[in-house]
Amino acid sequence: MKLNLLSTLNAERAARRAAIVITNVASGKSRLVKAADVAKDPLRAILAERLRTGKSGMADSPDGRVFLTVYVPAPQLVITGAVHISQTLAPIGKLLGYDVTIVDPRTAFASIERFPDVKVIAEWPDKALPPLGIDHYTAFVALTHDPKIDDPALTHALARDCFYIGALGSKKTHGRRVARLKEQGLSDADIARIHAPIGLDIGAVSPAEIAVAIMAEITARLREEGEADAGSAPAPAIARAAS
Amino acid sequence: MLATNDDILKAAEDWRKGGRDVALATVVETWGSAPRPVGSNLVIDGEGNFLGSVSGGCVEGAVVTEALDVIDSGQPKMLEFGVADETAWKVGLSCGGTIRVYVEKVE
Repeated sequence: MKLNLLSTLNAERAARRAAIVITNVASGKSRLVKAADVAKDPLRAILAERLRTGKSGMADSPDGRVFLTVYVPAPQLVITGAVHISQTLAPIGKLLGYDVTIVDPRTAFASIERFPDVKVIAEWPDKALPPLGIDHYTAFVALTHDPKIDDPALTHALARDCFYIGALGSKKTHGRRVARLKEQGLSDADIARIHAPIGLDIGAVSPAEIAVAIMAEITARLREEGEADAGSAPAPAIARAAS
Repeated sequence: MLATNDDILKAAEDWRKGGRDVALATVVETWGSAPRPVGSNLVIDGEGNFLGSVSGGCVEGAVVTEALDVIDSGQPKMLEFGVADETAWKVGLSCGGTIRVYVEKVE
């Protein structure tokens, strides 16, 4: 592998963009295909499939056997609400390999001491979220109960095609949320992508248990591997080697 | 916590830019219960320092030895490790799986 190929690959990964390295195992020659260039590559069919599943592996090409190393971004977990549930959800997310960020403009809540080892941003979502590069490799969870914080964040997460979007609140609370989001012009298909009430139904009662239910639901969504639900994009491929 | 593949590839780049000889080992095929998935990386420098994992510790020593050869010759190698054979003085995987590891020099 050439050093400049490795440097380009690392730059793509740092920017949270997927890429595939194609190595001819007989000749030792390798080349990099960025996700954006897959459509115009001679191997586009197999590359697109690999990008979708995130699986590295051997493949046949006109030039012989090649190894495809698929690099997709590490998943990130973005939470609005530096609340009790987040105090458990953030460390669980970290343990499962997510880059975790908590956004809460209420500075009394968003204290660093309550969230060691996690990025906490004490800003409103309109300021805090755009720089995070929220994308299809992101799970988004709204936990503040405050429409001023959760609604704009949910709208951002939907626009960025997060693989999982969940919002805390009872059926009644969510009903009011749906009405508000519709008023703001969101489609039924978009709104249907929000998991609410949030979390797998495991009878969770305490904040920590609810965190487990949420993380289990995120994991289930993550591992669906391309089985598209009605109205939602396929779950993203996650770097299996990155653990 | 194990380093992620990002860290390993960044280390490979940084080590090479720092003037060290570097080889990169990648798990390219697995059969049976393999300890690390296809695509896992191990980076090795010319003095035998390494970072990452291709088998969770079973065959890293052998991969590092082969990597030093690859650094010397510049020629990539395909290595295969199968189930541990107690009658032979060879390394193997105690989990019963087989893995194939591609080792190349970073130039």
